[in-house]
Order: sequence, then C-alpha cells, then structure tokens
Amino acid sequence: MWQHVLTIFIASALINNFVFSRYLGLCIFFGVTKRMETAVGMSFTFTAVMLVEAVLNWVIYTYVMVPYHLGFLKIVIFIGTVAAFVQAADTMMKKVAPALYYKLGIYLALIVTNCIILAVPLINADENYSLFESMALALGSGLGFSLALIIMASIREKLELADVPKSFQGLPISFVLTGLIALAFLGFSGMITL
Amino acid sequence: MYEQMTNILLQVLSHAASILFNNLVPRIAVEGAMETTGTVPVTTVYTTLIVLAGLGIVFGVALAIVAAKFVVKVDPKVEKVRETLPGANCGACGFAGCMGYAEAVVGNPDVAVHMCAPGKSPVAEKIAEITGKKAEKVEPKIARVFCQGGNSLSQRKFIYTGVQDCTAAVLAAGGDKSCEYGCLGYGTCMRACPFGAITMSADNLPIISLEKCTACGKCVAACPKQVIELAQTAKAVVISCHSRDKGVDVKKKCQVGCIACGICVRTCPVDAIKIDNNLARIDHSKCIVCGLCVKKCPTSAIHDYIPVRPKAYIDPAKCVGIDVCEKVCPVNAISGEIRSLHVVNQGKCIGCRMCESRCPKKAITMVESSSAAAQSKPAKAKEPVAVS
Repeated sequence: MWQHVLTIFIASALINNFVFSRYLGLCIFFGVTKRMETAVGMSFTFTAVMLVEAVLNWVIYTYVMVPYHLGFLKIVIFIGTVAAFVQAADTMMKKVAPALYYKLGIYLALIVTNCIILAVPLINADENYSLFESMALALGSGLGFSLALIIMASIREKLELADVPKSFQGLPISFVLTGLIALAFLGFSGMITL
Repeated sequence: MYEQMTNILLQVLSHAASILFNNLVPRIAVEGAMETTGTVPVTTVYTTLIVLAGLGIVFGVALAIVAAKFVVKVDPKVEKVRETLPGANCGACGFAGCMGYAEAVVGNPDVAVHMCAPGKSPVAEKIAEITGKKAEKVEPKIARVFCQGGNSLSQRKFIYTGVQDCTAAVLAAGGDKSCEYGCLGYGTCMRACPFGAITMSADNLPIISLEKCTACGKCVAACPKQVIELAQTAKAVVISCHSRDKGVDVKKKCQVGCIACGICVRTCPVDAIKIDNNLARIDHSKCIVCGLCVKKCPTSAIHDYIPVRPKAYIDPAKCVGIDVCEKVCPVNAISGEIRSLHVVNQGKCIGCRMCESRCPKKAITMVESSSAAAQSKPAKAKEPVAVS
C-alpha cells in the first residue's frame, strides 16, 4: 500500500505534472512566475491549501456523497469546499499571522478559482483513492506545481535580460518556454507505470 | 394586453419546468453514473437538496464563526486615502500603484503625505487630514523641455525618413538634428504622457500644458535625449538649452542655443547663474524669477514661462519719496525727486518685482495692464515652448 502511495506521489509530481503534461493551472502559472519571490510564495500557499482541501473533500466524498449516491454533485461540492476553506484560511491568516498574510494572502484568492485545486479531488474521487493516496496525490501535485513555478520563475528572471524580439516579449516567449519545458518533462513518462 | 403577456410567460415557464423535470434531471443523473436508468428516484432529489443545503449551512456557519472570531479591524483610512488619490497608478510615488501608496502612507509613519506627484498639494493636504500627518508644503513641479530649437530654428544633419518616433530616430546616428543635445521632435513624450498634457507644436517641439502636467516623470523617462526635466513650476525662468557644445558650434547648429557668453551671469542680480561645461545653468534655489537674464540673452536661449508679467505701480497715497526703488530698478524705469512721488515708466518696466520687495512703505504693487501685456510678451522665437 505504501509503495502505491509513493508511486502516486512521484507520478503526480513529475510524470503527470499538472502544468507540463496536463496543461492545467496555466493562469496562475503565468501570472506569478514573473518574479521568484511571488513564485515561491505561491508554491507554499498552493501546496498547503491543496493538501488540506484534498483531505476535506475526501471526507465529504467518502462519508456524505458516496452513501447518498451524490457522485454527480462532485464539481459543485468540491468547489464549494475549496472556496469555504480558502475564505476561512484567509480570514484566520489575517488575524493570526498578518506578516504571512501580506506575503501570501493575495495568492489565496487566486487559488479558489484554480483548476488544479479542483482537478485533484476530482481525480481522487474518480480513482476511489484512500485517504493516504489522496494526500499523496495532493502533496505530489502541489510539489509538482511548485517545481513548475520555480523553474519558470528562474528562467523568466533571466529572460528579463535577454534580447527577445519585440513581438515575443512577455507572454508569448513564456508560452514557448513552457512548451519546451513540457517537452523535457515528457522524458519522465514511462518511468513509472501505474 | 397585460394578461396575454402574463399568460404567455406562465406557459413558457411551465413548459421549461416540465422539460427540466422530465428530461434534464434524469440525464444528469445518468451521466453522473447513477444506478438509475431513465428517471430519478424522488429520494435522490431530496438528498441532493438536503446535502447541498446542509453543506451550505455548515460552511456558512463555519465562515461566520471564523469571521467573528478572527475579525481584523481594517483601517478605514486606507480606503479614504485611496479615494483621494488620482488613481492613475503612475508609480511616481515609488509604491506599487495608488493602493500601495495608500496602505503605506496610513500604515507607515515614515511615509510622507506629499509623495503623489499627480495629486500635488490638494491631495497631500487631504491625505494629511485623513492620516493626521503633517503636510509639508509641496513645491509644485512641471516637466520642462530644455530645447527651443524647433525645425525652423535648428539645422539637420540628414533627412530622417524612418519610424516617426524619437527612440527609433535616435538609433540612426543619434537622430537627425545637428545638435546632439536637442529635442528630436517625433513626439515620444507626447505618446508617453498618461494625462494628455503634451502636444507637439507646428515647429515640432513638445508643448507641456501647465494645467494638465502632473510631473509624474513618464516623459522624462521616455525621452531618449533627456531633454525633458522636472522643474519647480514657480521658478518660471529657465535656460531652455542642454547643449554643451562650444558657442561657435552651437551658433552653427541652432539659432536659440546657449552659447555660454556669460552675459546672463553678469546680469543676474542674485548670482544664481553659473556657466558649467559651456552651458549656463540657473541655481533655482537662488533665482528670484526677475526675468532680467531673459531680456539680456543674445540668443534668446533663456525662456520666461510667465506669459504676461504684471508691472510695478506706485501708489501715490503711500509713496513718501524714498529713492530705494529708483536705485534698485535694474532697467531705470523708476524716476522721481527725493521726498516726492516716484513714477514707474510702464514701457521700461520688465516686471521683475525687485522694487516691490524693497519698498519699506509697501507702496509698490504689481498690476496687470493690457498695454503692459502687449509689450512684455516674449520674443516670437520662444513661442514653441510657451506654456499653453
């Protein structure tokens, strides 16, 4: 069982990296990778929210939705849970850790509408993962997303100094870069077969 | 008519409802991998509603508790300051947009209230009022173009036919103007200005509007020739030239350039002008804006931004006949016997205000007269940079 958990973890972080092989969460990916500082901040917030929210949604799915045959309400309920949790976390952070809030608070609002955040519980539900498997997927996806953000931010910071043709400056060259990194990540495929 | 419409509406609604209940609901259920085929058991509808309502109530109550327990008093001043600011997000204050400045000025006691360049002193005063900080006097600033050599007054090295933009023109051997310090006149500053304060004159020089310019500095950054600078609005006498060439070379290239002859240096009553590197510069902390140098400059390189200078007028009731004013007048416009009334020759007076400040009886006032206005207008050559 633990081996399976580890497999899910590695697979979600590298092989099925949400940004580079599933092309999800691109809006945040391009939005916060202009600077390394924001990318790191987003990575931490994102991974933490993802983990907690995967657990919450697993509990609701397993103990409420499955017994009452409400599988078709997955999207609605998962989004509701994420929104409620993020809002609560936002309010608490403001009071408990204002310094952390001013550093990471702005990303919380972005996270609510993120597609990776919704994709993780949906995959958990579809695959009928156990609690630990769900957590492994969430943590792996979070770290995979962090990896993507940090790789991209470090490249884009260097890119500021590069002589990019005017029509490619900004977002276009970032998309080109993302494509190239995605190609590189393709090398991970086949490493583990689930 | 009205009844008909309501009837139609009701029919449509009931039709829609029947479609929803007969087709849509079962289909969702089927796609949602339910065990049912065709119709939905009523219990599923009930459980759906109950579970959703239950979750909604749970989340709502939880959020309400959290919000009540972890309430943070947000300083209402921040929002007030934000509303006061112009909202151009120009960044002249050095913070990330107007919101950033509003938060900083309310939260940080070290942040001054007069950082907003577009807002100028009215905004600074309002912010001071809101935050309870002391408003320092804001010296209003304006962007000034340090070149008067428009197309008609300056020479060109070659004919430039490329992209009509200064940043592009400067790439071609530093631009087509013979004077390498001068304004190229392709209007990059005009396009950079977020407030529409810059227009290009017929002679291809930027005209900066006194009313619209907020001194945000966007044009200063945009100009590839660094010919625009931010200067205090009150110090309206400016040497409008940046040329560090020798006088002979300046003469060849431009009719209104500073040739560093030094006449202004000798003219200045307060020693505010110095020649540095073949260019006369006014020390604005010393300058009294008398305008004497403007009259004396042989190439009209010094520009007076005051469109009409009011002239001195001696109040006969107050004048006791002290000849201080006569002595201080740099253009000998005042005459009169000691202990009798002195008179200002309006034709000679240049409105420098030097007598005004010296009269111990405060008998001299500056009066704007229509005849004086016609005489004191700056020379034609300066029109391009005249403030509109």
